[in-house]
Amino acid sequence: MKGYDSIQHVRGESVFIDDIKAPQGTLHAYVVYSKIAHGVLERIDTSEALASPGVHSVLTSSDVTGENQIGSVIADEELLAAHHVHFIGQPVALVLADSKINALRAAKKVRMDITPLQPIFDPREAYEKGSLIMPEKIFTLGDTESAFKECDIIIEGKAESGGQEHLYLETQSALAIPSEGNGIKIFSSTQSPTAVQKITARVLGLPMNMVEVDVTRLGGGFGGKEDQATAWAALAGLGAFVTKRPVKLVLPRQEDMRITGKRHPYSSDYKIGLKKDGTILAYEAVFYQNAGASADLSPAILERTLFHCTNSYYIPHVKAKAVSCKTNLPPNTAFRGFGGPQGMFVIEAAIRKAAKKLNMDPVDIQHKNLLVEGNEFPYGQITEYFYLKRSFEHALEKFSFRESQKRIAEFNASSKLVKKGIAVMPICFGISFTTTFLNQASALIHIYTDGSISVSTAAIEMGQGVNSKVRNVVAHTIGCNHNRIKVDTTNTSRVANTSPTAASKGADLNGFAALHAAEALFDRLQKVAAAELGVTEEKSISIKNEIVYSGEQQTQLTWEQLIWKAYTSRVSLSSQAYHATPDIHFNKETSKGRPFAYHVTGTAISEVTVDCLRGIYEVDSVKIVHDIGKSLDPMIDRGQVEGALAQGIGWMTSEEVIYNQEGRLITDALSTYKVPDIYAAPKEIIVEFLEDVPNPYGPLKAKAVGEPPLMYGIGTFHAILNAMSAYKDDDFEIVSPITHERVLMYLHDSK
Amino acid sequence: MDAHITFYLNSDLIDVTINPSITVLDFLRGEKHLTGTKEGCREGDCGACTVLLGSLTPAGSINYKSVNSCLLPIAEVYGKHVVSIEGLNDRELNLIQHSMLTEGGTQCGFCTPGFIMSMTNYFINNPEPTLEKGIAALDGNICRCTGYAGIKRALENVISRWNSRPIKTGSHVSQLIASRLLPGYFAHAEQFISTIPTLQPSAPAPRFIAGGTDLFVQQWEALLTTDVSFINHQNKESIRETDIEFILPGNTTVEEFISHPGINSYLPGLADQLQLFGSTPIRNRATIAGNIVNASPIADMANILMALGATIELQNGTSRRTLPFEKLYAGYKSLHKDPEEIISSVIIAKHQGNARLSYEKISRRMHLDIASVNSSLFIRTEGNSIVSARLSAGGVGPIPMFLEKTSEFLNGKEISASVMHSAIELVKTEIAPITDARGSKEYKQLLLCQLVKAHFIKLFPELIPVEEVV
Ligand SMILES: Cc1cc2nc3c(=O)[nH]c(=O)nc-3n(C[C@H](O)[C@H](O)[C@H](O)COP(=O)(O)OP(=O)(O)OC[C@H]3O[C@@H](n4cnc5c(N)ncnc54)[C@H](O)[C@@H]3O)c2cc1C
Ligand code: FES
Ligand code: FES
Repeated sequence: MKGYDSIQHVRGESVFIDDIKAPQGTLHAYVVYSKIAHGVLERIDTSEALASPGVHSVLTSSDVTGENQIGSVIADEELLAAHHVHFIGQPVALVLADSKINALRAAKKVRMDITPLQPIFDPREAYEKGSLIMPEKIFTLGDTESAFKECDIIIEGKAESGGQEHLYLETQSALAIPSEGNGIKIFSSTQSPTAVQKITARVLGLPMNMVEVDVTRLGGGFGGKEDQATAWAALAGLGAFVTKRPVKLVLPRQEDMRITGKRHPYSSDYKIGLKKDGTILAYEAVFYQNAGASADLSPAILERTLFHCTNSYYIPHVKAKAVSCKTNLPPNTAFRGFGGPQGMFVIEAAIRKAAKKLNMDPVDIQHKNLLVEGNEFPYGQITEYFYLKRSFEHALEKFSFRESQKRIAEFNASSKLVKKGIAVMPICFGISFTTTFLNQASALIHIYTDGSISVSTAAIEMGQGVNSKVRNVVAHTIGCNHNRIKVDTTNTSRVANTSPTAASKGADLNGFAALHAAEALFDRLQKVAAAELGVTEEKSISIKNEIVYSGEQQTQLTWEQLIWKAYTSRVSLSSQAYHATPDIHFNKETSKGRPFAYHVTGTAISEVTVDCLRGIYEVDSVKIVHDIGKSLDPMIDRGQVEGALAQGIGWMTSEEVIYNQEGRLITDALSTYKVPDIYAAPKEIIVEFLEDVPNPYGPLKAKAVGEPPLMYGIGTFHAILNAMSAYKDDDFEIVSPITHERVLMYLHDSK
Repeated sequence: MDAHITFYLNSDLIDVTINPSITVLDFLRGEKHLTGTKEGCREGDCGACTVLLGSLTPAGSINYKSVNSCLLPIAEVYGKHVVSIEGLNDRELNLIQHSMLTEGGTQCGFCTPGFIMSMTNYFINNPEPTLEKGIAALDGNICRCTGYAGIKRALENVISRWNSRPIKTGSHVSQLIASRLLPGYFAHAEQFISTIPTLQPSAPAPRFIAGGTDLFVQQWEALLTTDVSFINHQNKESIRETDIEFILPGNTTVEEFISHPGINSYLPGLADQLQLFGSTPIRNRATIAGNIVNASPIADMANILMALGATIELQNGTSRRTLPFEKLYAGYKSLHKDPEEIISSVIIAKHQGNARLSYEKISRRMHLDIASVNSSLFIRTEGNSIVSARLSAGGVGPIPMFLEKTSEFLNGKEISASVMHSAIELVKTEIAPITDARGSKEYKQLLLCQLVKAHFIKLFPELIPVEEVV
């Protein structure tokens, strides 16, 4: 809990990339990018920039020593544009100078001639023109066509969800240092050190073993540094490789916002069919994903939209299609939830519209159709250890939902201009990388002869507390004190072939790997202790808080003695272990399988107040019952729920990504792109963890926590619409974010 | 041209010759390698760079304010005490640090030093802290990880520990030290800085910097190579109140304006509304003249002063002239003012009798944001009739606008919903909003109409039935 990291955070002593004292001779890099959304790059003129004070060199695509290609899933993204530019913000040149300011000044002097081509920004237009990242994907269950004939009502509609800027407080950054024998060491702010290593090696034309990547921590990632930290590390690496000097690249905020991709905006159509009693029989949806100019992680994100297109509901007949549309915007990328939220957004919209048509309370439709143990998802997996209904009913009861509804109705009856609203949001989120092979991790533990311990895993610490969790697992397994253990930096030379810290899987995968490594060490220590104490039954040895027990009997053997004994007996005090999530598989051809180790579920109730005169709102409370399994660290898990919720609310309310007609981002600074501040966050957040729901598929029976609570924010969106409908009985369009502007226009614009 | 600057940084005397326009953020991180102060945005919008700036008061104590070091030129800290997160560190964690740790107030940690600085500033200035005001003190800090819940718990925890502190006697600073909210050297901080010789004003240069909260957002790089002069170095006077007027020196900060007792009793409620101006650290630096000269169409102080019918006094060397506020703006970002002229003061006349101001501001996010549209209505009444009205609006044209026709129309009218509706029709003819990052032109027009309604409902609840507004 009181993590080493956190102690340094509150003292301002935590070291982020820009805080590393740069070695002597470090060059500072500045990225020059395209100001045209689509065009032919005719010429780059660097002469004036080269003459600028302090400039060492200006690199362009022709300086790339290996392959000028950084696409990780599909090879469709150049590090530096060579002949074409595909979005405003696409890197074209890299200025290297002796100071940040000199690099910045010189960057303004790089000239480029670009002959514009026709750009596309709208995903539906891209679809019509056949501009796709990959072939469309379809998930089906049952037979929607015949099921619609059985329905009492059928509703069709459209739903739009906007993009979202990650706004990690630490911008993208990397420091590359040339190492002996033409190698490179890179300190990177990445969720994916192996991606950085692999791509940098490719760009430089080196084998992977010549590129070492080291990550201490991230000042926030949220998916934005899963695939998109790579370019900056590779650019710094290229600079260092070419100049033989250290190179630091820290994107200024505005550049980071302009250049890097965001959560994918989606435009979707849905068709839902129900019986009169609210039972959902059939659901069809088409999702148009705005992928931006290259694939990035869009294919996997698209797939997750389909995985979560029915959210928490059992629907016997489903047909969902998703297309990844290529446009001339920065490549959109992973963001907490990874396409899942966009899928859930649409079904929730469909349910509200259906409720209105059926004159029912949406909560009753939600309740009636909740997934229960033994139900089948559209991708073929069957629910197991499934407590969704319990959380839903518990939330309604514990937080007096019906009474709140009544209280709100009374308030609204007597208040003309200020209205309150309420909405319930159940969530169901699958845990595992849906790209099955990524579900692996390894860990390396050393016990040093003084009894101190170093643990390395593939996990990246970015505020989600994975280091504390890994430490808990190791301390719990070996029986030593927490303060003995240092969770080391994530380093590709210590732990190789790492999967990104993503998909909420960081603590699961690496916790398991650390658990196995710690178990192996513990076994050895048991043997050493048994020999030393003359105990024949070595399994009767246990260690708790560094006290060695023989059966129930406390012994005199100290931790230090035990470790020294092991060392001098020539017993290895290092252990490397590996974990692969068992029992998961997915057939990409049939789109069926068991892709997830388990599901995380929960229910949130949002209450809001809308000032209908001014078109503004406040989130009064969000009350949550959440299934976390057996928490590895309740304080961390609570923080994850609260933080994800606020991000989800931001996505649904005030965070609006706006590009102008030329494809230039106009919300490119914190002054125009508004994430929740302390007032916009809910005034009250209650998080209750469902008790007694151990998860057999998690380390020490825990569940993942990072992403799922973000989707509770969708409930806040509907609470706002609920309040608005008390002012004006209308069928509001489903467009997120529901900004102040949209609220006021919906309520008062006569059009 | 480099300047010689002397100040205290934490417990160290700093004496440097340096470019006066370099920001304190760059100085701390680049020159001193004190990297606890973070750069999150470089435009005053995230608070990761927050430091404390302590100035000696005439009474000989130090008055601390939280400020954004990314917008603070180093010349401004001459003779002052700058405190960064490193200056709060003791061997053990202090009470705020400890509470942030145990209550989950920190996740990735990037925003954390900034929050701790803002909280510290709050406790330094408020011997009787409350949760609500404490939250308000964090209005300039953004956290992307925690959802603020853990930070609020931490604040609550510090407040309750402070309230139950064993030692409640002695100076406030000594109690803060005893309660482990400040390190011991704060007891002598005023002695440090009182030894620094007073600053000799530099030669005037054509570019004035006041609070720097506008200039350093866009132009920090150009300012490094521009000859500048610092308005605050010339003189720092207080607001003066006479029977007939308030005289605000040009470099009055927004904070000084809203905490002035006379202004608060003349314009009740305005101070609360102006919590929507920027953030605490921005209000601590932003000046009224800077707001006026910046000439942003959505400048909040300009909007209010316009409605109040303020007079501007301009000074160039020894020559002075005055100008009614609405005569100042010529067009987008252009003023009827010579570049050499400074705004020496702004005069607000006091009206006797029934005079009231309503000020409304709506933005994408209500706090720490610039308005989409703002509006002020200053109205004098006798019984149910309007003696005179002045309506201003921002965000609906190229400059902060005085809506002359509407104001004239209202003069002499009986207050009623139908008068209000007629006024709104006139408003529409006086404005020309454009679509930008803060909203579409249709929205801005609608919003202004709604804000005019809000003025009337707020000022005359008994005369404007809500049914007739909707
Ligand atoms: C994060 C953030 C939030 C903000 N929020 C708001 C807001 O809510 N509402 C709002 O209205 N503004 C806001 N601002 C804008 C800004 O803070 C204000 O306009 C402020 O009042 C500017 O004052 P200053 O002293 O800092 O100006 P400076 O930056 O010092 O100067 C601005 C201009 O005024 C000139 N100038 C300054 N003083 C004088 C003088 N005495 N005589 C002649 N010229 C002078 C300068 O030369 C310069 O051209 C915000 C800014 C930031 C960074
Ligand atoms: S760096 Fe963001 S406010 Fe200064
Ligand atoms: S803890 Fe990461 S931004 Fe606040």
